[in-house]
Amino acid sequence: METLIDVRGLTKAFVLHNRNEARIPVLDDVNLSVAAGECVALAGPSGAGKSTLLRCLYGNYLASAGAVCIRHEGAWVDLARAAPREILAVRLRSLGYVSQFLRVIPRVSTLDVVAEPLRELGIEAAAARTRAANLLARLHLPEYLWHLPPATFSGGEQQRVNIARGLIAKKPVLLLDEPTASLDVANAGRVADLIDEARRNGTAIVGIFHDTVIRDRLATRLHAVSTQPQEIPA
Amino acid sequence: MSPLLRVKGISKRYGEHIGCADVSFELHAGEVLAVVGESGSGKSTLLQLLSTRIASDTGSIEYQVTGRGLVDLAHLSEAEQRWLLRTDWGYVEQNPRDGLRMNVSAGANVGERLMAVGARHYGEIRNTATDWLQRVELDAARIDELPTGFSGGMQQRLQIARNLVTRPRLVFMDEPTAGLDVSVQARLLDLLRELVTDLGLAAVIVTHDLAVARLLAHRLLVMRQGRVVETGLTDQVLDDPQHPYTQLLVASVLQV
Repeated sequence: METLIDVRGLTKAFVLHNRNEARIPVLDDVNLSVAAGECVALAGPSGAGKSTLLRCLYGNYLASAGAVCIRHEGAWVDLARAAPREILAVRLRSLGYVSQFLRVIPRVSTLDVVAEPLRELGIEAAAARTRAANLLARLHLPEYLWHLPPATFSGGEQQRVNIARGLIAKKPVLLLDEPTASLDVANAGRVADLIDEARRNGTAIVGIFHDTVIRDRLATRLHAVSTQPQEIPA
Repeated sequence: MSPLLRVKGISKRYGEHIGCADVSFELHAGEVLAVVGESGSGKSTLLQLLSTRIASDTGSIEYQVTGRGLVDLAHLSEAEQRWLLRTDWGYVEQNPRDGLRMNVSAGANVGERLMAVGARHYGEIRNTATDWLQRVELDAARIDELPTGFSGGMQQRLQIARNLVTRPRLVFMDEPTAGLDVSVQARLLDLLRELVTDLGLAAVIVTHDLAVARLLAHRLLVMRQGRVVETGLTDQVLDDPQHPYTQLLVASVLQV
């Protein structure tokens, strides 16, 4: 299968200028390739840099050195060097991200929050809402919540809204930060079904899953994150 | 693709004091740029330079004039600059009283800009004004009232309608949500976000509120003492700030 993510020599350190220039090294020479149809689970203890790696892959953390290449419309874009508008174009069509927590926009209904990635691709409002409704129904989010803004929802409800938003546009590369952390077993299972379905349809996935049952079910491979990176066979 | 606006090395000094020094950037159609920084950082000076309200001491500002390509604004006549400001550009003032005409009705505030682009048919102007009052969630029944009777949030929405009715391609906004109650702010932000996306507007928004910048802007320009200290993708600058001043700014925001 085609490689969609190619990370070479990624190094990330945070320099805290207002704390005596303290330098916190997090990632050192990370190499990672992910092909279409693969789901790579990042493994390692808290503080090892799993979330930092995921954010470097999305481009909201700036690499200190190395290359973070994402396949976009038949070409490679290195997020460590790309201009902001190139990164936005990659995110629009090729790169999806499900963060741990939903960043709520005041007043926007759940249905529109989920439909937004399709609207951004130019899909007409009614069609986008229909697809959003189908996805929310599959995630068993009660229908009376669809027309409310998700600000007051429970953690598990917000997380399902966030996942629906991340999956709806079927972007070829998907980054998942603890997608089932606030869910009960039944709901976690439904989310896992959708993620696995996306992978079988050719999505390249990198995720952090603390729930080992979910991780073993979804991951085709583990990638250990530490200062001495190594691949562990699944 | 060439940019809508190209700014090269513009500066403004007020005697010994630096208003704004050596600022350069490009803005493309449909892009929203937020200029952030504290009071006195030169944000508002920059906005006034960009909108040709004051002249730059150095550098150039080029704008994509329809049918003419990138044109140096300094080479436009005053009449042409005024034409741009009235039609192709919008300018939303922090205080709506500075951007509205307080002694004419809400409908006339919106209709006036339409007449500037040549609309003459009274019924059509009124219909368009009604339509825009509704788009900014104002009660169309109040079309004949003076804006003096409106709340601050309503006046700000009226000012936005007045600016957007001519379908400008570029809008400058100076702290559009400052001075409003938080609940009113949320409504205005949501409205702005929707309008910017629907109309494909390019915008330069000056704000000291990083949450406003995160919600509305694609890119950020961080200013301090008249200079740009950091620039980049909005979430990258806010999540992983590189410059000491940006780190301080981001670290100083209270979490709720």
